[in-house]
Amino acid sequence: MAKARPVVIHGGTLIDAASDRDGEFDLLIEDGKVKAIEKPGVLKEHAEAEHIDAKKQWVMPGCIDLHVHLREPGEEWKETVQTGAEAAALGGFTSICCMPNTKPANDSAEVTRFILEKAKAAGASRVLPIGAISMERKGKQLAPYSELAKAGCVAFSDDGDPVADAGLMRRALEWCLMLGLPLSCHEEDRNLSCGGCMNESPRSLRLGLKGFPGVAEDVMIARDIELARFTKGKVHICHVSTARGVELIRRAKNDGINITCEVAPHHLLLDDSCCETYDTAFKMMPPLKDNEDIAGLIAGLKDGTVDAIASDHAPHDRDSKLVEFSRATVGILGLQTSLPLLIEMSAEGVLSRRRMVELLCSGPAKSFDLPYGRLSVGSDADVIVVDPNRTWRFAEEDIRSKSKNSPFVGRDLKGLAVHTFVGGRHVVVNGRLASEMALNTK
Amino acid sequence: MTTKYKPVPREWQLVMDEDTIARAVSRMSFEILEKDRDIKNLAIVGIRTGGEFLGKRLQQEIQRIEGVDVTYGVIDITLYRDDLSSAQSQPTLRGTDLPFRIAGSRIVLVDDVLFTGRTIRSALDAIIDFGRPRRVELAVLCDRGYRELPIQADYVGKVVPCQRSQLVRVRLSEMGYRDGAYLIDREER
Amino acid sequence: MVDHLLGIQGLSKSEIYRYLDTAHSFVEVSERDIKKVPTLRGKTIVNVFFEPSTRTLSSFDIAGKRLSADTINVSIGSSSVKKGETLLDTVRTLESMNPDVLVMRHSESGAPHFASRYLSRTSVVNAGDGAHEHPTQALLDLLTLRQHFATKKRGLEGLRVGFVGDVRHSRVARSSIWAHLTLGNEVRLIGPNTLVPTDFAKGAFGTDSVRVYNDLAKGLEGLDVVVSLRMQLERQEEHYVPNLDEYSKEYCVSERMLAKYAPDSIVIHPGPMNRGTEISGDVADGPRSLIRQQVTNGVAVRMAVLYLLARTVGATEEVGHG
Repeated sequence: MAKARPVVIHGGTLIDAASDRDGEFDLLIEDGKVKAIEKPGVLKEHAEAEHIDAKKQWVMPGCIDLHVHLREPGEEWKETVQTGAEAAALGGFTSICCMPNTKPANDSAEVTRFILEKAKAAGASRVLPIGAISMERKGKQLAPYSELAKAGCVAFSDDGDPVADAGLMRRALEWCLMLGLPLSCHEEDRNLSCGGCMNESPRSLRLGLKGFPGVAEDVMIARDIELARFTKGKVHICHVSTARGVELIRRAKNDGINITCEVAPHHLLLDDSCCETYDTAFKMMPPLKDNEDIAGLIAGLKDGTVDAIASDHAPHDRDSKLVEFSRATVGILGLQTSLPLLIEMSAEGVLSRRRMVELLCSGPAKSFDLPYGRLSVGSDADVIVVDPNRTWRFAEEDIRSKSKNSPFVGRDLKGLAVHTFVGGRHVVVNGRLASEMALNTK
Repeated sequence: MTTKYKPVPREWQLVMDEDTIARAVSRMSFEILEKDRDIKNLAIVGIRTGGEFLGKRLQQEIQRIEGVDVTYGVIDITLYRDDLSSAQSQPTLRGTDLPFRIAGSRIVLVDDVLFTGRTIRSALDAIIDFGRPRRVELAVLCDRGYRELPIQADYVGKVVPCQRSQLVRVRLSEMGYRDGAYLIDREER
Repeated sequence: MVDHLLGIQGLSKSEIYRYLDTAHSFVEVSERDIKKVPTLRGKTIVNVFFEPSTRTLSSFDIAGKRLSADTINVSIGSSSVKKGETLLDTVRTLESMNPDVLVMRHSESGAPHFASRYLSRTSVVNAGDGAHEHPTQALLDLLTLRQHFATKKRGLEGLRVGFVGDVRHSRVARSSIWAHLTLGNEVRLIGPNTLVPTDFAKGAFGTDSVRVYNDLAKGLEGLDVVVSLRMQLERQEEHYVPNLDEYSKEYCVSERMLAKYAPDSIVIHPGPMNRGTEISGDVADGPRSLIRQQVTNGVAVRMAVLYLLARTVGATEEVGHG
């Protein structure tokens, strides 16, 4: 294979929380690595390089999503590894961690390798599989963690279902401590959530929808904090949606417990009033919360309790949403909307620019101990160029995923990843997939 | 006694005034009596809402002439109309009150204006749901023509020649107006 | 634009009175020898019940027939959901038969709202959805109360109304609460904390006119109307009550309690009753009970609803009538 041309991205504002940079820097990509980061003008002599003019644009580390569902193997009509990885690249995510709730579940090296092969063939963003905590995610028997880790799993989770058995959870933490890998925990006490389909609140009572009380999440967070304290294992809390949950994690961090957590953009931007018309587009797990919880989540984003923004990208076909609210599937797409929604929050002053980049890049990298999410000389060239001022209306045609279940369709979004480099490969060029452009020019 | 009447729009053209209406009511009462002297089975039935007050006036006039009680009832034909879906205004059901035995009775239906005949058709259907009268007759204050059904009045206050598009409205003191029948060019609403 | 009746929430006072006034006329029709009027001749009403119900279904069926509409009853158990047909498919299949009104009962809250969004020429009447609303039951309760209070020279406004029992799971309670709030009445919710969450008071209805009482005696004090709600056996298994005996000792509406705390009150119950659990036999059969009138009024109210909605289906321009 011919050696790729070096690339110089010049004129942009480079923002990297890990190296604490926020200013005018030019960046050189060569041999899949970041070769140089210099003050403007220094990299001019690279005449053989491809030059990208990033004036008025941001140059960031590629974003990392710790929580996506790619549906392959088993539900390829909803999403495939390829369409998911491409949606990620278009959305500015250079690495995505895919949950093991496929069919079959990712509880063996075969499934992990299958996913990785598909990802390699897709040639878009990096796909980092998450293995199951228990066999078939049934909560009865431990999954083969060492085998999964050797095959390439970066964490373990039974996401979609909680690990109800505290004894099993304890042993899982003890095993994974040896491997140095975190357990990513879907926190829900099923005896409390009890089939609830929206946030338990005066509103759910009025609408006559079964309530899912926030405390169903909180008690499990509390349990896993204590198990992490006891085992010294590494716990990562998935999609925290309550103010109490954030507070529990804040205290655990103060106690020196090895814990991180993520929040999904929809839990920050949508509230449970969206359920008022029984519109299944707003059915999530955990369900959308009220303003008090949202305020608690935002406080956690600001003070560093929350480590990462993770989209919980959950593709679902139209039919599975075209049913009664209580019977509809849960979740929404997130890969192509997370970055613009965060840019919007930062533009509105909710978050600083630096903090935003941290939550999308170095925060998630640190949570799963991944070698990405930073821009420093010698690191893998996972780089994105973002036009933060581009306002565009998100249309169904823009969605790369196989499914179209996003309540943000029709909304004006602010900010777009115009270039995405994954390990130096120029995957998204001017807002379009390079693979498609090549096809079209034939 | 002086009464303050509600005004009607100036462009309404008067075709029957207070006196004409009074004379017509009186004449129709005599005609009803002449046709059949059996007042024991006679029932005056006003069609809501236009025939309601007129029916009451006929009943009282006949009672005055004869000096005996005459049965009176009202009928709401809303549920019997054939234009349910096309009636844009919200119809209010006011209810039917026929406090007598229909079977064997002589009923004089009363309405203010006879036009297409559809209201009368509805009223006949409604009455027949309550029983089998011996005979049904029809009294109207104004006959303006343009029938769409083979229905004619037995007693007519006045024939009002007009165009199809014009409206004929009757306003009575019971509704707070000075008695009068009017011819109106569309659209007054 | 096709009208639907999906709930009482959002109806104005005048809309509520329109239904009641119209229903009043239909009470008269139901007392005639010939209990049938030709009003909805040629119209088709489909009663589609995804949840078993005898009284509501037969009430709607009779109401449609008395208006001369063609009525078709489709009972779909929850089993057919397992067979694979979705609600939307069922509703679309029924719509292709061109019904004018679709009366729908469903075990899931919001199902009729969902269906109505996909129907363009059919009016949807909610005949009870999950634990959300049951608007015709609320209207017939109001009609019953109106008739009763008319004999006392009182109207429907300025009343103190108490709902006793399983408010949490009651769609009748929700619809009736909205109606009484719109009419400006004081509403009390009486029951154990598990079934009458305190959030229900202000949070859910956005007003201070709803108050929660855990104590039956205090809640009953001075009430004009007591609405006794059905208590289901499953609530015991779901841990909402320890057992039905414990529940009825604390919350059964009995003549002894009413005579002491709400001597002038009348009692209604949406049925079917569990005698001895939420209501005692002496109340159900006693002089305070308006439970029988409720059933009679059910037909008149449903006639009124079908009449007012069917009018809006296929509406054209006004034609002359004279």
